[in-house]
Amino acid sequence: MTLIDLANPSKFLALTARVLPWLAGATAILLLVGLYQAAMAPDDYQQGATVKIMFIHVPNAWLSMFVWGVMSIAALGTLVWRHPLADVAAKAAAPIGAAFTFLALVTGSLWGRPMWGTYWEWDARLTSVLILFLMYLSLMALWRAVEDPSRAARAAAVLTLVGAINLPIIKFSVDWWNTLHQPASVMRMGGPSLDKAFLIPLLVMAVGFSLLFMTLHLAAMRNEILRRRVRSLQMMQASQQAA
Amino acid sequence: MTPLAALIRRDIKIALRVGGGALIGVLFFLTVTVLMPFAIGPDLPLLARLGPAILWLGALLASLLTLDRLFTADHDDGSLDLIVMGRTPLELACAAKALAHWLAAGVPLIAATPVLGLLLNLDAAATSAVALTLLVGTPALTFTGMIGAALAVTLHRGGLLLAVLVLPLSIPVLIFGVAASQAAITGPLSFGTPFSILCALSLVSFVVGPFAAAASLRHGLD
Repeated sequence: MTLIDLANPSKFLALTARVLPWLAGATAILLLVGLYQAAMAPDDYQQGATVKIMFIHVPNAWLSMFVWGVMSIAALGTLVWRHPLADVAAKAAAPIGAAFTFLALVTGSLWGRPMWGTYWEWDARLTSVLILFLMYLSLMALWRAVEDPSRAARAAAVLTLVGAINLPIIKFSVDWWNTLHQPASVMRMGGPSLDKAFLIPLLVMAVGFSLLFMTLHLAAMRNEILRRRVRSLQMMQASQQAA
Repeated sequence: MTPLAALIRRDIKIALRVGGGALIGVLFFLTVTVLMPFAIGPDLPLLARLGPAILWLGALLASLLTLDRLFTADHDDGSLDLIVMGRTPLELACAAKALAHWLAAGVPLIAATPVLGLLLNLDAAATSAVALTLLVGTPALTFTGMIGAALAVTLHRGGLLLAVLVLPLSIPVLIFGVAASQAAITGPLSFGTPFSILCALSLVSFVVGPFAAAASLRHGLD
Protein backbone atom coordinates (compact mmCIF):
# COMPACT_ATOMS: atom_id res chain seq x y z
CA MET A 1 0.00 0.00 0.00
CA THR A 2 1.75 3.14 -1.17
CA LEU A 3 0.65 6.73 -1.50
CA ILE A 4 -0.27 6.09 -5.13
CA ASP A 5 -2.67 3.30 -4.19
CA LEU A 6 -4.41 5.72 -1.86
CA ALA A 7 -5.06 7.97 -4.83
CA ASN A 8 -8.01 5.73 -5.57
CA PRO A 9 -10.78 7.22 -3.42
CA SER A 10 -12.58 3.88 -3.06
CA LYS A 11 -9.47 2.23 -1.65
CA PHE A 12 -8.97 5.21 0.64
CA LEU A 13 -12.56 4.95 1.88
CA ALA A 14 -12.20 1.22 2.51
CA LEU A 15 -8.93 1.63 4.38
CA THR A 16 -10.11 4.52 6.54
CA ALA A 17 -13.33 2.68 7.37
CA ARG A 18 -11.16 -0.02 8.97
CA VAL A 19 -8.69 2.36 10.63
CA LEU A 20 -11.05 5.02 11.99
CA PRO A 21 -12.66 3.04 14.89
CA TRP A 22 -9.22 2.09 16.20
CA LEU A 23 -7.99 5.66 15.92
CA ALA A 24 -11.08 7.00 17.66
CA GLY A 25 -10.68 4.44 20.45
CA ALA A 26 -7.00 5.25 20.93
CA THR A 27 -7.84 8.97 20.99
CA ALA A 28 -10.50 8.48 23.68
CA ILE A 29 -8.19 6.36 25.85
CA LEU A 30 -5.23 8.72 25.55
CA LEU A 31 -7.32 11.82 26.22
CA LEU A 32 -8.92 10.16 29.27
CA VAL A 33 -5.53 9.06 30.63
CA GLY A 34 -4.08 12.49 29.90
CA LEU A 35 -6.96 14.32 31.57
CA TYR A 36 -6.71 12.06 34.63
CA GLN A 37 -2.96 12.61 34.87
CA ALA A 38 -3.44 16.34 34.35
CA ALA A 39 -6.02 16.44 37.14
CA MET A 40 -3.67 14.51 39.44
CA ALA A 41 -0.64 16.65 38.59
CA PRO A 42 0.59 18.80 41.48
CA ASP A 43 -0.20 22.50 41.60
CA ASP A 44 2.56 24.83 40.50
CA TYR A 45 4.34 26.66 43.33
CA GLN A 46 3.68 29.98 41.64
CA GLN A 47 0.64 29.54 39.43
CA GLY A 48 -1.40 27.24 41.66
CA ALA A 49 -4.15 25.25 39.95
CA THR A 50 -4.25 27.47 36.86
CA VAL A 51 -1.18 25.69 35.54
CA LYS A 52 -3.55 22.91 34.48
CA ILE A 53 -4.83 25.08 31.63
CA MET A 54 -1.45 24.28 30.09
CA PHE A 55 -2.47 20.67 29.42
CA ILE A 56 -5.20 21.91 27.06
CA HIS A 57 -3.57 25.09 25.82
CA VAL A 58 -0.18 23.76 24.73
CA PRO A 59 -1.43 20.76 22.66
CA ASN A 60 -3.95 23.02 20.92
CA ALA A 61 -1.25 25.56 20.15
CA TRP A 62 1.08 22.88 18.80
CA LEU A 63 -1.67 21.44 16.65
CA SER A 64 -2.68 24.83 15.29
CA MET A 65 0.77 24.99 13.68
CA PHE A 66 0.98 21.27 12.90
CA VAL A 67 -2.28 21.38 10.93
CA TRP A 68 -0.97 24.22 8.76
CA GLY A 69 2.13 22.09 8.21
CA VAL A 70 -0.06 19.19 7.10
CA MET A 71 -1.94 21.52 4.77
CA SER A 72 1.33 22.80 3.33
CA ILE A 73 2.42 19.24 2.51
CA ALA A 74 -1.00 18.64 0.97
CA ALA A 75 -0.60 21.88 -0.99
CA LEU A 76 2.69 20.57 -2.41
CA GLY A 77 0.83 17.37 -3.26
CA THR A 78 -1.76 19.40 -5.14
CA LEU A 79 0.64 21.64 -7.05
CA VAL A 80 3.55 19.27 -7.69
CA TRP A 81 2.16 15.76 -7.90
CA ARG A 82 -1.50 16.54 -8.62
CA HIS A 83 -2.38 13.86 -6.08
CA PRO A 84 -6.18 13.55 -6.20
CA LEU A 85 -6.56 13.26 -2.44
CA ALA A 86 -4.20 16.10 -1.60
CA ASP A 87 -6.78 18.81 -2.11
CA VAL A 88 -9.35 16.78 -0.19
CA ALA A 89 -6.86 16.57 2.69
CA ALA A 90 -6.12 20.30 2.51
CA LYS A 91 -9.77 21.27 2.43
CA ALA A 92 -10.75 18.96 5.28
CA ALA A 93 -7.90 20.17 7.51
CA ALA A 94 -8.65 23.91 7.36
CA PRO A 95 -11.71 24.09 9.67
CA ILE A 96 -10.12 21.67 12.13
CA GLY A 97 -6.95 23.76 12.24
CA ALA A 98 -9.01 26.91 12.71
CA ALA A 99 -10.80 25.25 15.64
CA PHE A 100 -7.50 24.26 17.29
CA THR A 101 -6.15 27.77 16.81
CA PHE A 102 -9.31 29.27 18.26
CA LEU A 103 -9.09 26.98 21.30
CA ALA A 104 -5.42 27.85 21.76
CA LEU A 105 -6.31 31.56 21.73
CA VAL A 106 -9.28 31.14 24.10
CA THR A 107 -7.47 28.93 26.62
CA GLY A 108 -4.43 31.18 26.45
CA SER A 109 -6.65 34.17 27.10
CA LEU A 110 -8.32 32.46 30.08
CA TRP A 111 -4.88 31.52 31.40
CA GLY A 112 -3.54 35.01 30.82
CA ARG A 113 -6.25 36.68 32.92
CA PRO A 114 -5.14 35.24 36.32
CA MET A 115 -1.43 35.06 35.45
CA TRP A 116 -0.69 38.22 33.46
CA GLY A 117 -3.70 40.18 34.66
CA THR A 118 -5.05 40.62 31.13
CA TYR A 119 -7.06 38.60 28.64
CA TRP A 120 -5.13 39.93 25.71
CA GLU A 121 -1.77 41.52 25.14
CA TRP A 122 -0.35 42.54 21.76
CA ASP A 123 2.70 40.40 22.28
CA ALA A 124 4.59 38.80 19.41
CA ARG A 125 3.42 35.22 20.04
CA LEU A 126 -0.22 36.15 20.57
CA THR A 127 -0.27 38.42 17.55
CA SER A 128 1.33 35.87 15.24
CA VAL A 129 -1.12 33.17 16.37
CA LEU A 130 -3.99 35.59 15.79
CA ILE A 131 -2.67 36.16 12.26
CA LEU A 132 -2.59 32.38 11.83
CA PHE A 133 -6.24 32.24 12.88
CA LEU A 134 -7.17 35.00 10.41
CA MET A 135 -5.32 33.13 7.67
CA TYR A 136 -7.23 29.94 8.46
CA LEU A 137 -10.45 31.93 8.11
CA SER A 138 -9.38 33.54 4.83
CA LEU A 139 -8.36 30.13 3.50
CA MET A 140 -11.81 28.79 4.38
CA ALA A 141 -13.36 31.82 2.68
CA LEU A 142 -11.32 31.02 -0.42
CA TRP A 143 -12.54 27.42 -0.40
CA ARG A 144 -16.11 28.60 -0.12
CA ALA A 145 -15.80 31.29 -2.80
CA VAL A 146 -15.32 28.92 -5.73
CA GLU A 147 -17.63 26.20 -6.90
CA ASP A 148 -15.21 24.04 -8.85
CA PRO A 149 -13.20 22.12 -6.21
CA SER A 150 -10.04 21.53 -8.28
CA ARG A 151 -9.80 25.20 -9.22
CA ALA A 152 -10.26 26.24 -5.59
CA ALA A 153 -7.69 23.62 -4.57
CA ARG A 154 -4.89 25.14 -6.64
CA ALA A 155 -5.61 28.66 -5.44
CA ALA A 156 -5.82 27.49 -1.83
CA ALA A 157 -2.55 25.58 -2.25
CA VAL A 158 -0.69 28.74 -3.24
CA LEU A 159 -2.15 30.67 -0.31
CA THR A 160 -1.32 27.82 2.08
CA LEU A 161 2.33 27.77 1.01
CA VAL A 162 2.59 31.54 1.35
CA GLY A 163 1.00 31.35 4.80
CA ALA A 164 3.51 28.69 5.87
CA ILE A 165 6.03 31.54 6.24
CA ASN A 166 4.14 32.43 9.41
CA LEU A 167 4.96 29.08 11.10
CA PRO A 168 8.65 29.71 11.90
CA ILE A 169 7.71 33.26 12.94
CA ILE A 170 5.24 31.86 15.49
CA LYS A 171 7.72 29.26 16.74
CA PHE A 172 10.61 31.67 17.21
CA SER A 173 8.61 34.81 18.07
CA VAL A 174 9.24 34.20 21.78
CA ASP A 175 13.00 34.05 21.17
CA TRP A 176 13.26 36.94 18.70
CA TRP A 177 11.13 39.38 20.66
CA ASN A 178 11.46 39.45 24.40
CA THR A 179 7.80 39.74 25.31
CA LEU A 180 5.17 38.57 27.76
CA HIS A 181 4.63 35.03 26.48
CA GLN A 182 7.12 32.65 28.06
CA PRO A 183 9.85 31.12 25.86
CA ALA A 184 9.76 27.50 24.70
CA SER A 185 10.12 25.04 27.55
CA VAL A 186 9.58 21.65 25.88
CA MET A 187 10.90 21.70 22.33
CA ARG A 188 14.16 23.54 22.83
CA MET A 189 17.92 23.03 22.68
CA GLY A 190 19.21 21.18 25.73
CA GLY A 191 16.01 19.27 26.46
CA PRO A 192 12.78 20.26 28.18
CA SER A 193 12.97 22.55 31.19
CA LEU A 194 9.63 21.30 32.47
CA ASP A 195 9.41 19.03 35.53
CA LYS A 196 8.50 15.39 34.85
CA ALA A 197 5.28 15.68 36.86
CA PHE A 198 4.05 18.18 34.25
CA LEU A 199 5.92 16.93 31.21
CA ILE A 200 4.46 13.41 31.08
CA PRO A 201 0.76 14.39 31.22
CA LEU A 202 1.49 17.16 28.71
CA LEU A 203 3.05 14.73 26.25
CA VAL A 204 0.17 12.26 26.72
CA MET A 205 -2.29 15.05 26.03
CA ALA A 206 -0.27 16.17 23.01
CA VAL A 207 -0.31 12.68 21.52
CA GLY A 208 -4.02 12.39 22.38
CA PHE A 209 -4.84 15.65 20.62
CA SER A 210 -2.72 14.65 17.62
CA LEU A 211 -4.70 11.42 17.35
CA LEU A 212 -7.88 13.45 17.73
CA PHE A 213 -6.78 15.55 14.77
CA MET A 214 -6.00 12.43 12.70
CA THR A 215 -9.40 10.95 13.54
CA LEU A 216 -11.30 14.15 12.72
CA HIS A 217 -9.22 14.75 9.63
CA LEU A 218 -9.75 11.26 8.17
CA ALA A 219 -13.48 11.47 8.95
CA ALA A 220 -13.69 14.91 7.33
CA MET A 221 -11.80 13.62 4.28
CA ARG A 222 -14.27 10.75 3.96
CA ASN A 223 -17.14 13.22 4.16
CA GLU A 224 -15.54 15.44 1.54
CA ILE A 225 -15.02 12.52 -0.86
CA LEU A 226 -18.63 11.42 -0.41
CA ARG A 227 -19.82 15.03 -0.84
CA ARG A 228 -17.93 15.26 -4.13
CA ARG A 229 -19.45 11.99 -5.29
CA VAL A 230 -22.91 13.27 -4.50
CA ARG A 231 -22.09 16.46 -6.38
CA SER A 232 -20.88 14.67 -9.50
CA LEU A 233 -23.88 12.32 -9.40
CA GLN A 234 -26.19 15.31 -9.22
CA MET A 235 -24.37 16.94 -12.13
CA MET A 236 -24.69 13.73 -14.16
CA GLN A 237 -28.37 13.51 -13.36
CA ALA A 238 -28.92 17.13 -14.29
CA SER A 239 -27.12 16.72 -17.61
CA GLN A 240 -29.11 13.55 -18.39
CA GLN A 241 -32.36 15.33 -17.68
CA ALA A 242 -31.29 18.19 -19.90
CA ALA A 243 -30.37 15.81 -22.75
CA MET B 1 13.22 47.75 -25.76
CA THR B 2 13.13 44.49 -23.86
CA PRO B 3 9.74 42.84 -23.28
CA LEU B 4 9.89 43.60 -19.56
CA ALA B 5 10.58 47.29 -20.05
CA ALA B 6 7.78 47.42 -22.61
CA LEU B 7 5.44 45.74 -20.12
CA ILE B 8 6.34 48.21 -17.39
CA ARG B 9 5.88 51.18 -19.75
CA ARG B 10 2.54 49.88 -20.97
CA ASP B 11 1.21 49.22 -17.46
CA ILE B 12 2.21 52.64 -16.19
CA LYS B 13 0.63 54.31 -19.23
CA ILE B 14 -2.63 52.41 -18.78
CA ALA B 15 -2.70 53.15 -15.06
CA LEU B 16 -2.19 56.89 -15.52
CA ARG B 17 -4.56 57.41 -18.44
CA VAL B 18 -8.30 57.86 -18.33
CA GLY B 19 -9.89 54.72 -16.93
CA GLY B 20 -6.78 53.72 -15.05
CA GLY B 21 -7.13 53.57 -11.31
CA ALA B 22 -3.77 54.79 -10.06
CA LEU B 23 -4.82 58.26 -8.98
CA ILE B 24 -8.05 57.01 -7.43
CA GLY B 25 -5.78 55.46 -4.79
CA VAL B 26 -4.35 58.86 -3.84
CA LEU B 27 -7.81 60.36 -3.69
CA PHE B 28 -8.92 57.53 -1.42
CA PHE B 29 -5.82 58.02 0.76
CA LEU B 30 -6.67 61.70 1.09
CA THR B 31 -10.31 60.96 1.95
CA VAL B 32 -9.48 58.33 4.58
CA THR B 33 -6.99 60.67 6.23
CA VAL B 34 -9.46 63.53 6.24
CA LEU B 35 -12.13 61.27 7.76
CA MET B 36 -9.95 60.44 10.76
CA PRO B 37 -10.10 63.87 12.46
CA PHE B 38 -13.90 63.75 12.13
CA ALA B 39 -13.96 60.41 13.95
CA ILE B 40 -11.29 61.19 16.55
CA GLY B 41 -11.97 64.88 17.00
CA PRO B 42 -9.73 67.78 15.94
CA ASP B 43 -7.41 67.36 18.92
CA LEU B 44 -4.04 68.33 17.44
CA PRO B 45 -1.68 66.67 19.97
CA LEU B 46 -3.69 63.43 19.74
CA LEU B 47 -3.65 63.59 15.92
CA ALA B 48 0.11 64.12 15.99
CA ARG B 49 0.48 61.03 18.17
CA LEU B 50 -1.79 58.90 15.97
CA GLY B 51 -0.56 60.45 12.71
CA PRO B 52 1.89 57.77 11.58
CA ALA B 53 -0.66 55.02 12.28
CA ILE B 54 -3.38 56.90 10.38
CA LEU B 55 -1.10 57.50 7.39
CA TRP B 56 0.01 53.88 7.33
CA LEU B 57 -3.55 52.58 7.56
CA GLY B 58 -4.65 54.94 4.82
CA ALA B 59 -1.80 53.87 2.55
CA LEU B 60 -2.55 50.20 3.26
CA LEU B 61 -6.23 50.58 2.39
CA ALA B 62 -5.47 52.72 -0.66
CA SER B 63 -3.01 50.17 -2.03
CA LEU B 64 -5.57 47.43 -1.35
CA LEU B 65 -8.17 49.38 -3.32
CA THR B 66 -6.04 49.58 -6.45
CA LEU B 67 -4.69 46.01 -6.28
CA ASP B 68 -7.82 44.71 -7.95
CA ARG B 69 -6.70 46.35 -11.19
CA LEU B 70 -3.35 44.59 -11.29
CA PHE B 71 -4.62 41.60 -13.26
CA THR B 72 -8.38 41.97 -13.88
CA ALA B 73 -8.21 44.42 -16.78
CA ASP B 74 -5.56 42.31 -18.50
CA HIS B 75 -7.63 39.21 -17.87
CA ASP B 76 -10.75 40.80 -19.32
CA ASP B 77 -9.13 41.87 -22.59
CA GLY B 78 -7.08 38.69 -22.97
CA SER B 79 -3.62 40.19 -22.68
CA LEU B 80 -3.01 38.23 -19.47
CA ASP B 81 -3.22 35.01 -21.50
CA LEU B 82 -0.57 36.38 -23.87
CA ILE B 83 1.68 37.26 -20.94
CA VAL B 84 1.23 33.76 -19.47
CA MET B 85 2.00 32.11 -22.81
CA GLY B 86 4.81 34.50 -23.73
CA ARG B 87 8.49 33.65 -23.82
CA THR B 88 9.35 35.92 -20.88
CA PRO B 89 9.30 33.92 -17.63
CA LEU B 90 5.97 34.52 -15.94
CA GLU B 91 7.69 35.24 -12.61
CA LEU B 92 9.62 38.12 -14.17
CA ALA B 93 6.52 39.37 -15.94
CA CYS B 94 4.62 39.36 -12.64
CA ALA B 95 7.48 41.22 -10.95
CA ALA B 96 7.47 43.78 -13.76
CA LYS B 97 3.71 44.28 -13.47
CA ALA B 98 4.00 44.72 -9.70
CA LEU B 99 6.84 47.20 -10.15
CA ALA B 100 4.79 49.19 -12.66
CA HIS B 101 1.80 49.10 -10.32
CA TRP B 102 3.93 50.35 -7.46
CA LEU B 103 5.38 53.16 -9.59
CA ALA B 104 1.94 54.24 -10.75
CA ALA B 105 -0.10 53.69 -7.57
CA GLY B 106 2.40 53.46 -4.70
CA VAL B 107 4.75 56.36 -5.38
CA PRO B 108 1.90 58.94 -5.56
CA LEU B 109 0.85 57.82 -2.07
CA ILE B 110 4.33 58.58 -0.77
CA ALA B 111 4.35 61.90 -2.60
CA ALA B 112 1.04 62.80 -0.94
CA THR B 113 2.31 61.98 2.55
CA PRO B 114 3.86 65.43 3.34
CA VAL B 115 0.59 67.20 2.58
CA LEU B 116 -1.43 64.77 4.65
CA GLY B 117 1.14 64.96 7.44
CA LEU B 118 0.44 68.69 7.57
CA LEU B 119 -3.27 68.01 8.08
CA LEU B 120 -2.43 65.63 10.95
CA ASN B 121 -0.14 68.11 12.71
CA LEU B 122 3.02 66.09 12.10
CA ASP B 123 6.28 68.04 12.13
CA ALA B 124 8.86 67.78 9.35
CA ALA B 125 10.90 65.06 11.04
CA ALA B 126 7.84 62.90 11.68
CA THR B 127 6.52 63.37 8.15
CA SER B 128 9.83 62.44 6.60
CA ALA B 129 10.05 59.36 8.87
CA VAL B 130 6.59 58.23 7.74
CA ALA B 131 7.42 58.95 4.09
CA LEU B 132 10.67 57.00 4.38
CA THR B 133 8.97 53.98 5.98
CA LEU B 134 6.22 54.13 3.35
CA LEU B 135 8.85 54.26 0.62
CA VAL B 136 10.42 51.08 1.97
CA GLY B 137 7.20 49.38 3.04
CA THR B 138 4.71 49.95 0.21
CA PRO B 139 6.62 47.70 -2.24
CA ALA B 140 6.02 44.87 0.24
CA LEU B 141 2.30 45.70 0.25
CA THR B 142 2.21 45.63 -3.55
CA PHE B 143 4.23 42.45 -3.93
CA THR B 144 2.34 40.46 -1.28
CA GLY B 145 -0.93 41.95 -2.50
CA MET B 146 -0.09 40.68 -5.96
CA ILE B 147 -0.49 37.12 -4.64
CA GLY B 148 -4.04 37.90 -3.59
CA ALA B 149 -4.74 39.69 -6.87
CA ALA B 150 -3.51 36.68 -8.85
CA LEU B 151 -5.63 34.29 -6.77
CA ALA B 152 -8.70 36.49 -7.11
CA VAL B 153 -8.36 36.84 -10.88
CA THR B 154 -8.05 33.09 -11.42
CA LEU B 155 -11.18 32.58 -9.34
CA HIS B 156 -13.14 35.40 -11.04
CA ARG B 157 -13.80 36.85 -7.62
CA GLY B 158 -12.33 40.26 -6.96
CA GLY B 159 -13.21 42.77 -4.31
CA LEU B 160 -14.20 41.24 -1.04
CA LEU B 161 -12.21 38.02 -1.33
CA LEU B 162 -9.09 39.97 -2.31
CA ALA B 163 -9.29 42.09 0.84
CA VAL B 164 -9.77 39.05 3.07
CA LEU B 165 -6.81 37.26 1.46
CA VAL B 166 -4.39 40.18 1.43
CA LEU B 167 -4.98 41.90 4.75
CA PRO B 168 -3.64 39.10 7.01
CA LEU B 169 -0.49 38.94 4.86
CA SER B 170 0.07 42.68 5.23
CA ILE B 171 -0.16 42.80 9.04
CA PRO B 172 3.64 42.38 9.58
CA VAL B 173 4.38 45.26 7.20
CA LEU B 174 1.92 47.47 9.05
CA ILE B 175 3.37 46.51 12.45
CA PHE B 176 6.97 47.29 11.54
CA GLY B 177 6.13 50.30 9.39
CA VAL B 178 4.29 52.02 12.23
CA ALA B 179 6.86 50.83 14.79
CA ALA B 180 9.71 52.36 12.76
CA SER B 181 7.90 55.68 12.29
CA GLN B 182 6.98 55.88 15.98
CA ALA B 183 10.56 55.02 16.94
CA ALA B 184 11.85 57.85 14.76
CA ILE B 185 9.41 60.35 16.26
CA THR B 186 9.18 59.56 19.94
CA GLY B 187 11.85 56.95 20.65
CA PRO B 188 12.88 55.38 23.03
CA LEU B 189 13.48 52.31 20.87
CA SER B 190 15.99 52.58 18.07
CA PHE B 191 14.78 53.34 14.56
CA GLY B 192 17.21 50.87 12.99
CA THR B 193 15.71 47.59 14.20
CA PRO B 194 12.11 47.90 12.96
CA PHE B 195 13.33 49.70 9.84
CA SER B 196 15.70 46.87 8.92
CA ILE B 197 12.92 44.34 9.50
CA LEU B 198 10.68 46.42 7.23
CA CYS B 199 13.41 46.36 4.53
CA ALA B 200 13.72 42.60 5.03
CA LEU B 201 9.96 42.15 4.63
CA SER B 202 10.09 44.05 1.34
CA LEU B 203 13.02 41.97 0.09
CA VAL B 204 11.27 38.72 1.06
CA SER B 205 8.12 39.84 -0.73
CA PHE B 206 10.16 40.53 -3.90
CA VAL B 207 11.14 36.87 -3.86
CA VAL B 208 7.93 35.23 -2.69
CA GLY B 209 5.36 37.46 -4.40
CA PRO B 210 6.25 36.92 -8.08
CA PHE B 211 6.70 33.17 -7.64
CA ALA B 212 3.42 32.69 -5.77
CA ALA B 213 1.51 34.93 -8.16
CA ALA B 214 3.00 33.19 -11.20
CA ALA B 215 2.20 29.79 -9.71
CA SER B 216 -1.40 30.71 -9.11
CA LEU B 217 -1.78 32.24 -12.59
CA ARG B 218 -0.21 29.21 -14.24
CA HIS B 219 -2.31 26.71 -12.32
CA GLY B 220 -5.47 28.74 -12.19
CA LEU B 221 -6.06 30.16 -15.66
CA ASP B 222 -7.68 27.91 -18.18
